[in-house]
Amino acid sequence: MVATTFTINGKPTTVDVEPDTPLLWVVREHLKLTGTKFGCGSGLCGACTVHIDGKPMRACQISVSKAAGRKVTTIEGLSPTGTHPLQKAWVTEQVPQCGYCQSGQIMQAAALLATNKKPTREQIVAHMDGNICRCGTYPRIVRAIQRAAREA
Amino acid sequence: MTIQIKNGSVDTDISRRGFVAGAAGLTFAFTLGGLGRGGEALGVTQPTKFNAFVSIGADNAITIMCPAAEMGQGVYTSLPLILAEELDADWSKVKTEFAPANPKVYGNPHHLFNGAQITAASVSVPGYFTPLRLAGAQARKVLLDAAAEKWKVPVSELTTDKSMIVHKKSGRKISYGEVVTFAKVPAEPPKIAEADLKKPSQFKLIGRKDIGRKDVPLKVNGTAQYGIDVQVPGMVYASVLESPMEGAKPKDVNVADVMKVKGVSKVIPLPFGVAVFGDTVEATRNGIAALKVTWDTSGAAAAAFDSEKAKADYAAKGQDPNVETKVEYQVGDVKAGLSGAAKTVQAAYWSEHTYHAQMEPMNAVAQVSEDGTSADIWTGTQFGALAGLIIAGILKTTPDKIRIHQQFLGGGYGRRIWPDAAIQATVLSNIIKKPVKLILTREEDMAAARPRPMTHHVLKAGLDAKGNLVGWHHRLVSENVDAVASPPRFKASGGKDYIGSRGLDQAYYAIPNVLAEYTREQRGMRVHAWRGIGSGYNKFAAEAFLDEVAAAAGKDPLAWRLELTKGKPRAQAVIKAVAEMSNFGKKRPGRGMGIAFSDYHDSLSAGVVEVSLDAKTGKIKVHNFWIAVDPGIVIQPDNVHAQLESAVVYGLSAALIEQFAVKDGAVQATNFDSYPVLRMSDMPEIHTKIIATDNPPSGMGEIGVVTVAPAIANAVFQLTGKRLRHVPMTAERVQAALKA
Repeated sequence: MVATTFTINGKPTTVDVEPDTPLLWVVREHLKLTGTKFGCGSGLCGACTVHIDGKPMRACQISVSKAAGRKVTTIEGLSPTGTHPLQKAWVTEQVPQCGYCQSGQIMQAAALLATNKKPTREQIVAHMDGNICRCGTYPRIVRAIQRAAREA
Repeated sequence: MTIQIKNGSVDTDISRRGFVAGAAGLTFAFTLGGLGRGGEALGVTQPTKFNAFVSIGADNAITIMCPAAEMGQGVYTSLPLILAEELDADWSKVKTEFAPANPKVYGNPHHLFNGAQITAASVSVPGYFTPLRLAGAQARKVLLDAAAEKWKVPVSELTTDKSMIVHKKSGRKISYGEVVTFAKVPAEPPKIAEADLKKPSQFKLIGRKDIGRKDVPLKVNGTAQYGIDVQVPGMVYASVLESPMEGAKPKDVNVADVMKVKGVSKVIPLPFGVAVFGDTVEATRNGIAALKVTWDTSGAAAAAFDSEKAKADYAAKGQDPNVETKVEYQVGDVKAGLSGAAKTVQAAYWSEHTYHAQMEPMNAVAQVSEDGTSADIWTGTQFGALAGLIIAGILKTTPDKIRIHQQFLGGGYGRRIWPDAAIQATVLSNIIKKPVKLILTREEDMAAARPRPMTHHVLKAGLDAKGNLVGWHHRLVSENVDAVASPPRFKASGGKDYIGSRGLDQAYYAIPNVLAEYTREQRGMRVHAWRGIGSGYNKFAAEAFLDEVAAAAGKDPLAWRLELTKGKPRAQAVIKAVAEMSNFGKKRPGRGMGIAFSDYHDSLSAGVVEVSLDAKTGKIKVHNFWIAVDPGIVIQPDNVHAQLESAVVYGLSAALIEQFAVKDGAVQATNFDSYPVLRMSDMPEIHTKIIATDNPPSGMGEIGVVTVAPAIANAVFQLTGKRLRHVPMTAERVQAALKA
C-alpha cells in the first residue's frame, strides 16, 4: 500500500492503495464516486471516462500512481450544480435510457467542447466513437452535443 | 450448479391470482401525516409502501410504486404516469419508488405472465395499464368522497385537476394533501369499473410530448444508483471465474498461487466457478487474472458443442421429413398448398449466437443473516421475484425472508431475467458469513453469456398460376429457449418454445395454408431471451424469404405486402406510412432499398432501409432507416421515439456485426474487441413515426428490432441481385454472396 495524493473534483485527496490499482476502482469503491462506471476494464467502451488535467482518459487504464499530483474530474465534479451545458442538453434531448454509459459519454463530450466550441457532426462522431451506448442513444447524443455547443 | 426452482415456477404459476378481476382489492395507502397529534410537524410524511401503489403526504407529495424494472425502457416514468392520469395528480409532485418483489401485490397480470412480477417481453405497460388506472381512480374516489363529506355536498358536484378538488358552485378548492389530513381510507375500498375510467380524449398526462423521463436528471450527474454502485457496511468483494458452460465444475485450481496475490483473502472452487474474495475489487480482479483452472466437463452437455461443426446437423434436421417437430402455427393444409402450387420457392436461413452486451456487467450485493435464514440482496434485476424464490430455496427459507432491493439496471435486454449474479452472491455471503459485493469482469460476463440461440430456418412457399401465395412452410431448428429460461412453461406446453418461436406465425398475411414448426436441438447452451426474442431471427428469415417469393411471383415487395395484409388496416397503415416516409418507390443510384413488416405482441411496425455496399470489402453501409409503429395508446410519445431509435440500433448491430462461435461448449469472445457492437460511426439516420390508435397499449421495447435485418437483406438484393440469408451480414458473408 502506498499513499497517493491527487486532486479530485477540486479537492486534494490521499488514498492508501496498491500503486497499480486502476484509478477507476479508487474513484468508485474507495472514494465512493460511483457516477464513473465500469464497463469493460480494457479501454474498449468508454464508460469509465474521466478527465485528468482536462483530458478525457479511461480510468480503467490508468493506474492511480499515474494520477499522483494531477487533477482528476469525474461526472460528479463536471459542474458543481449539475448544470453543465451538456448536462442540460442531455436532459432537453432526453438522451439516457439505461443511462449506464452516459457519465462517460458526457465526460468525453465535455472534453471535445472544451477545445472545440463548434464541432461539426463528423468531428463529434470521430471524438465519440470510442464510447459504446448499448441502448443506442447515439442520435440523441449527437443532438445534445450540438445543442450544448449552440447554447453554451 | 443446477438450480432447482422450488415452491413454484418461473413464470406460469407464481401467482395465478386474477389481478384485474381482483382490482377492487388493490390497496393503496395514504400517509395521514400532519394531523397535529403530539406536536408532529405538518408535512412530515412516512410514505406507506406495503401492498400499495400510491401514497400521498400532507405536503402533497405523491409516491407511486413502480412494479417493474427500469432498464432504459422508461417504466420508471410511464407506469406512474398511468396511475397519475386517473388520480388527476399534479405530476410535478409525483415521485417513483421501486416496488418490492411481491408478485401477489405487484405481479404483472398480462396473459404472458399471469401475475408473475417479471419485466420482460415489452409487456409492462400493456399488463399494468388497467390495474394502475384502477388504482389511481380508486385513490381519487376516496379523496372525492372525503371532500364531499367534509363540505356536505354531493360528490357529483366535485371535479379534480392537478391534485386539487374543486367545488365550482361554492368556489371552494382543496388540495389532495389537505384532504389526506382528514380522509379515512375505508376498510372496503371503493369499487371502480373500467367504464369509470377516462376516455383517451380526456387524458391530461398520457400522450404528452413535454413530459420527460424521471430518471433522466439522475442519469446525467452520476446520482442514479445501479446495482454495481451499492456498498454496505462490512462487505467484502468477490469475483467469480465462471464455469465456461453449464455443468462444468472446477477440477484443478491453483489456489495457493492466487492466495499470494495481494489483498486476496479466499479462493473457493464452487459448482458454478471459482470465487475469489478480497478486501478490494482490484484484489479480486488480480486474483481472477492469476487463476489457472481445469474444468471437469463430464456433467456438461455443451462440452461436445462446436457451433461451426454443428451446422451440418442443423441443416440435416431442417430437411429431414421424419424429424420430431412441434407445430407453432397452422392454417389450412400446407402439404396440399405446396403440392398443388404452380411454382415453389425454397431457401435456408441462419442466425448466430448473440450476447446481450449490457453495459453493466453482472453483479449483486448479498447479505445473508447470521443464522442463514434470510437475506438482503441489492441488484438490478428483471425478475427479482425469481431471485427471491431461488434464493429462498438455497437458504431453505421462504421468499418473504429474501428482500430484493431493486436498483437501476445498466441494460437488461433479457440478460437480467436470470438472477445468476444474485444467486452466486448469496452463496458466497452464506459461506463467509459477511456481506459480499460480487462483480464479474467483462470477460466472465461474456463467459457466462445467456445468448440468443444459433438458429437454422428452412422455408418453402408455393405460388399458384396467378402468382398468389398459396402455401408457406417455415421450419425452425434451434435449441429450446423455454427449456432453459422457463422450464415450467416448457413442460406445460409439451415442449414448445414460446420465446424461441415468436415470429414464426403469419397472423397478418392472408395465406391460405401455413405451417410453422419447430425442431429442437439440444446442445446444452444457456440460451435465453434476447431483445426481440424469436422474432429477431424468425422474422429475419420470413421477411427476407417473403421478398424472394415476391421476386419469384414478379411482384413489388411493397405492393406484395399491401396485398397480403388486405383486411388488416393497422398493418396496412404502418406499411403505407413507412413507404411514404422513405419515398420507397424512388430509385437512388448506387443504393438499395428494402422493406419489412412485423408484429410483436400486438404492436405493429414496418421498416425501410437504404443501403450501399463497399464491393471490395463487402461492408454494408446503412444510410437511412425509416420505421413506423402502431403501439396502440401512446403513453409517452418521446419515449416511444427513443425506444424505436434504440431498438433499430440494437437490430442493426445484430444484423451486421454481432456473433460469437462456441467451441467445446465455451463462448469464443471475451470483450468488446472480439465481440464488437455498433458504434456511433456506423449509425444511419433514423426516422421514426408513431401511428397512435386507441387500441390498448401493446409495448414498445422490442418491436423496433425486428424489421431491421430482413429490410437490410432485401435492400442488398435490390442493389446486387444477391440474397443474404445469414445474420450477421458481415463483410465476409456479403463478399461470399457476391461471388456466389
